[in-house]
Amino acid sequence: MTALVRVPTQLRSLSGGQGEVKVDGDTVGAVLAALDETHPGFRGRLFDDSGRLRRFVNVFVADEDVRFLQGLDTPVAEGQTVSIVPAVAGG
Amino acid sequence: MPFVESLRCRECARTYPVEALHVCEYCFGPLEVAYDYEAIAASVSREKIAAGPPTIWRYADLLPAAFTSGDSAVDLGAGFTPLVRADRLAAELGLGELWLKNDTLNPTGSFKDRVVSVALTKARELGFKVAACASTGNLANSVAAHAARAGMQSFVFIPRDLEQAKVVTTAVYGGNLIAVEGNYDDVNRLCAELAYERPTWAFVNVNVRTYYAEGSKTLAFEVAEQLGWTAPDHVVVPVASGSQLTKIDKGFRELWQVGLLDEPPAVRISGAQAAGCSPVATAFAEGVDHIRPVKPHTIAKSLAIGNPADGPYALECVRESRGSFGSVTDDEIIEGIRLLARTEGIFAETAGGVTIATLARLAAQGVVRADERVVAYVTGLGLKTIEAVSSIVGPTHTIAPTLDAFNEAVGPDEEPA
Repeated sequence: MTALVRVPTQLRSLSGGQGEVKVDGDTVGAVLAALDETHPGFRGRLFDDSGRLRRFVNVFVADEDVRFLQGLDTPVAEGQTVSIVPAVAGG
Repeated sequence: MPFVESLRCRECARTYPVEALHVCEYCFGPLEVAYDYEAIAASVSREKIAAGPPTIWRYADLLPAAFTSGDSAVDLGAGFTPLVRADRLAAELGLGELWLKNDTLNPTGSFKDRVVSVALTKARELGFKVAACASTGNLANSVAAHAARAGMQSFVFIPRDLEQAKVVTTAVYGGNLIAVEGNYDDVNRLCAELAYERPTWAFVNVNVRTYYAEGSKTLAFEVAEQLGWTAPDHVVVPVASGSQLTKIDKGFRELWQVGLLDEPPAVRISGAQAAGCSPVATAFAEGVDHIRPVKPHTIAKSLAIGNPADGPYALECVRESRGSFGSVTDDEIIEGIRLLARTEGIFAETAGGVTIATLARLAAQGVVRADERVVAYVTGLGLKTIEAVSSIVGPTHTIAPTLDAFNEAVGPDEEPA
């Protein structure tokens, strides 16, 4: 499965300035792991020391917050978009 | 502005330059404005504030936007709204000294004028020509109006199902109004992503949110000034993103820090949410730190943020100050609106109903006490959400235009009790 990951400005230094990166993986966890392999450094920025997504990081699959789905186990279908979005916005 | 030192991550304390940044690049924590409080203390005084304009800009020393005269702020006159003693409401609720901060009387009818005036003043200073926001309605009104005032283009994003009045009172200012098929959290996510695709736009609650949020401190500054430079014992604040509550807390602390209060504030802070969208109140009730996002279902659309950005900090403020949370049903919200209108002559929107209903509940529980000096923040005007009560209130009598008809309907003249 190939997913399209949308990268926020704050992390584009890790993706060579690209706003979108294609990586393989059939779950959110696998996609983010693959992202860290092709562009090292993502893991440390997205996850805390205990391996959980940082509290101010939101991840969406096809525009739905993965916390309403199955978290890092949420399936990712071929061609779906996984968006990494800073949580601090709005209100 | 001369007193702003840097932006600082609230989570990891990394510092950043004073630019359009809102999130720490390392841990994604929110950035906060860091001030030189010693320099502020040397500049600010009660007399200087009293001699300032009757707006939020009387507290310019404690705000993050530069301006030297009234016309260089993006200003419609936000702030310095009445703080009114509410004895009749207090009597109904079994409370003692109760005050209402009537923020329905801002230029576009809500507290959002405070934050937008600060955000767009800063945005203009940073060179932005376009103002944008994700909004549940009140912010939409305010951004559209202030952008018009400043001669800026505007792009306002709202959930498509917003109350009619909030749509009209945004659209009238002539900017771009984008109705999005989704709830507020969808709109917010879209704007968070758009903000990095359109870096020349000032999204007031995304890339300039750090400055925007500071505007809410004036809700604390004014209350303290209006109470003769003392802090209240207990405040009740509506919670959507949680930003306003944390900034009210910060505001009282700053007044002490810069020498404007004689005694350190010890303000208990209680939060008000609608039962149909109460992620922060739920975390409080369950005693957990983690805030689980929810899908909102409430008539209080201005508070319908299921994934509140400052939720964790609002929770911390309430716990540390020994306050509490209430989450109230739609029926209680409507009753809160009617109670406030009936006892004090103030017509609040649904968020105000949430605040008053929470106040009532916390008073009944003995959490808000009769021996406390209490301030409830009423942050938006009832005309914006007229749907909430339009099927419940109406003419008490409908008559033919004759004296007989009137006398028959109303009865003989009697002295009111």
